[in-house]
Amino acid sequence: MTTPRCFQDIVLALQAYWAEAGCAILQPYDMEVGAGTFHPATTLRALGDTPWAAAYVQPSRRPTDGRYGDSPNRWQHYYQFQVIIKPSPPNLQDLYLGSLKAIGIDADLHDIRFVEDDWESPTLGAWGLGWEVWCDGMEVSQFTYFQQVGGYDCRPVSGELTYGLERLAMYVLGHDDGNAMPFNPPGSPIPLTYGDIFREAEAQYARWNFDVADTDLLLQHFVDAEAECARILAQPALDPKTGRRIVMALPAYDQCIKASHLFNLLDARGVISPTERQAYIGRVRTLAKACADAFVQTEAGGWSADAA
Amino acid sequence: MPDLLIELFSEEIPARMQTRAAADLRRLVTEGLVEAGLTYGSAGAFATPRRLALTVEGLPARSPDTREERRGPRVGAPEKAVEGFLRGAGVAREDLEQRSEPKGEFWYAVIARPGREAAEIVAEVLERAVRDFPWPKSMRWGTGSLRWVRPLHRIVCILHDEAGSEAVPLDIDGLVAGDLTEGHRFMAPGAFSVTSFEDYRAKLKRAFVVLSAEERAEVIAHEAAQMAFAAGLEVVEDRGLLAEVAGMVEWPVPLMGEIEARFLELPPEVLQTSMREHQKFFSVLDKKSGRIVRFVTVANRETADDGATILAGNARVLAARLADAAFFWENDLRTVRAKGLEGMAAPLAQVTFHSKLGTQADRVARIAALAREIAPAVGAPPDLAAEAARVAKADLASEMVYEFPELQGTMGKYYARAAGHDDGVPEACEEHYAPLGPSDAVPTAPVSVAVALADKLDTLAGFWAIDEKPTGSKDPFALRRAALGVIRILTDNGLRVPLAQIFDENLSPAQAADLIAFFHDRLKVHLRDEGIRHDVIDAVLAMPGSDDLTLVVKRAEALAAFLKTEDGENLVQGFRRANNILTQAEEADGVEYSFGADAKFAVTDEERALFDALDAAQARIGPAMEAEDVTAAMAAMADLRAPIDAFFEAVQVNADSAVLRRNRLNLLSRIRTVCLQAADLTRLDG
Repeated sequence: MTTPRCFQDIVLALQAYWAEAGCAILQPYDMEVGAGTFHPATTLRALGDTPWAAAYVQPSRRPTDGRYGDSPNRWQHYYQFQVIIKPSPPNLQDLYLGSLKAIGIDADLHDIRFVEDDWESPTLGAWGLGWEVWCDGMEVSQFTYFQQVGGYDCRPVSGELTYGLERLAMYVLGHDDGNAMPFNPPGSPIPLTYGDIFREAEAQYARWNFDVADTDLLLQHFVDAEAECARILAQPALDPKTGRRIVMALPAYDQCIKASHLFNLLDARGVISPTERQAYIGRVRTLAKACADAFVQTEAGGWSADAA
Repeated sequence: MPDLLIELFSEEIPARMQTRAAADLRRLVTEGLVEAGLTYGSAGAFATPRRLALTVEGLPARSPDTREERRGPRVGAPEKAVEGFLRGAGVAREDLEQRSEPKGEFWYAVIARPGREAAEIVAEVLERAVRDFPWPKSMRWGTGSLRWVRPLHRIVCILHDEAGSEAVPLDIDGLVAGDLTEGHRFMAPGAFSVTSFEDYRAKLKRAFVVLSAEERAEVIAHEAAQMAFAAGLEVVEDRGLLAEVAGMVEWPVPLMGEIEARFLELPPEVLQTSMREHQKFFSVLDKKSGRIVRFVTVANRETADDGATILAGNARVLAARLADAAFFWENDLRTVRAKGLEGMAAPLAQVTFHSKLGTQADRVARIAALAREIAPAVGAPPDLAAEAARVAKADLASEMVYEFPELQGTMGKYYARAAGHDDGVPEACEEHYAPLGPSDAVPTAPVSVAVALADKLDTLAGFWAIDEKPTGSKDPFALRRAALGVIRILTDNGLRVPLAQIFDENLSPAQAADLIAFFHDRLKVHLRDEGIRHDVIDAVLAMPGSDDLTLVVKRAEALAAFLKTEDGENLVQGFRRANNILTQAEEADGVEYSFGADAKFAVTDEERALFDALDAAQARIGPAMEAEDVTAAMAAMADLRAPIDAFFEAVQVNADSAVLRRNRLNLLSRIRTVCLQAADLTRLDG
């Protein structure tokens, strides 16, 4: 255990730890998502019986959390570190506790607790049971055993860990103001704080998210993404050009991710009423379920030519 | 006589489920054992965050042998019948006995079932208990299909007596029961074996696990009180939180920390909500200042630095939360000072309440108008009631309530005070949601009452207007609760607010009648809980003015009390007799005997006395009902009992003389008419 000096030390330590534990260290998904769970490496790979182990950082966006860079602990753009292992290993709790040790949390001095927190994503048609993990009363991670995704029972069950990196780093580094937290080592030739990197961006996005984004356009994009998702999935499995079986679950799922983010933007613009909210969430869930239906028709999702 | 020890060791069990789970384990196992013939002396169940444990003492080593005799077919019966009997009884031909009975010779099967080893039975019963365990929510993990509340890691299942202990052979989906368990996750990692319940409990204690939840709660309550006392302070009692926290730790270590001075100006409810809901901290009160000045957190371990790191971490988390709260509080106060409460409420114009019922602001305007209308009936100044209603929901647009929704109303009170109100408006903001449940207090201050009623009546009328009524178990808008709230506010305060008038303005006559019927249904449920029979309520609901719920309750209570008296009971008998004879006669004769009973045709003293009594009662009941003195009306009815009884004793209604008969039937009709003035006695169950 080395004591982390800065935000990126924690990211690097988590990556190194989970790499050592056997996970494929992936890179972030190249789309706007609300949480690391949306990465197809989690949502879709949790489906079917193909074993899987991956860990990655996922930049995530929650437009309503924007505070113009003024809040010490809230940003509309933030990072999650995500681990997903299928089937969930019997020692997942111990593996997880090892990762805390790797970032400098000494379980002999701290009070680490697994506190009931059932996870549900209405937009993904997914739920699981698990905990939020507390370190001295601070929530440092979400720990979930996936039971259903996209309406499908998870067999086998995936274990999912999500670390809220800013909050965790602030805690480990002892910073109450996240913007003042060092991003790279403070002794670097050009030391940078978290705020140096993101503060200005937070103000710009907050202004756009809350007041400037063109809601008619966003609504149109939502409808377009919905239509494209359905169109992609309506294609026959057999590709007429190559003569191969190509089920396009991933491109369709990209449209689902888009629709979900557009919904979040519309929500931040305050143009969605509480009753409409449910309807929008239902529309995104319909897309997610359709994508799950398609994914289980792919080899990664457990389809095989022999069985079919 | 062996004892049984069972432990189901898993990943962390939600605190709220532990008590119930321990009881369920005890029930499932002991019932299963008894069913299989293993009686027991005593049993005790325990739960910690990582385990359910059960000790069952005084089991027999085996279940008793049993012997069953079955009579089969007659000797000499067709071969097929004998074969069928053999199959059914599960015995071989040569095991049959031939017995003589008065009716002849019969085949008998004697089925002896030898007792079974306790271990065998325990294994079966425990496996069934694990597989069928009634967790409120359970899950699968890894590649398995076994369900448990969280992954199940170990099973201890041993039978032990003076001679030693033995693991019960049991394998549930690859999970093999044994005698190994684990102590505290961090303070005593690693497995150890146990040989008896005493040994188990003692070794757990050495491994930093307090098995009993009550003992953990006691440790927490005692140590927290001690620490607070030493500082001249007092822990705010919270049994619910205590039970929850006792389910979150195996080795409770209470630690007391300071709340930074900059947060002490926050409303105490904000401090308590932040601490209780989010951090599971106890509040520590300075009785002299009445302020919450410290917190107690309960750690799950001891540390080399005596909890200093843990306490510092918890204090930081709390400070961050309270900094958020203080930020919202100051922003909200600034808004109130700059724009007033109605200014704070302005954004509600953008919030849809329901697509068919407009925005929150539309709703607030309706509630204000209704509060003004109701105000005189509840003793509130109309303008003030309307103003209170206009601002009662302003805090829904505050930053604090956005962050802590459970503080709605409470924050409204503070913001109304900040706006300079000391006229009942702050209390109305806080109390207008009440009562939230059957045991929640009912508002009594007139302004609060006016707004609370207007809020609920508007909700009900609104959802009735768009036909979104509760159906079966579905009541998404909590309309039953709203109706019960109206009932309790009106009747507990003795307020007279006829509902028909209010609903007539917004609903069609059919909708209004339907909504009043809904109120009547809720009222029946409410009064049944108070011990008043539904037929008694029906009898008074049939009377005019039944949209005035306070009047209905007053009548129902008077009638219920009357029916409990001897006079009441007998009067109802007399009424029924009169009504039955009359109804039969009217049906048979095809006429209505409703007019013209004449005292001059009275033959007997009893008849004449009844005429006089009816005249007297009629003269009293009408005005008494008019004056809403139901008790007086009942007393007047009570005076009819003796004359009616005497009449039926002495007089034959169906006299030979047609004139007398008609006159007497018309007299019975008067009994009916006079009694029905007070309540519809025909609706009472016979």
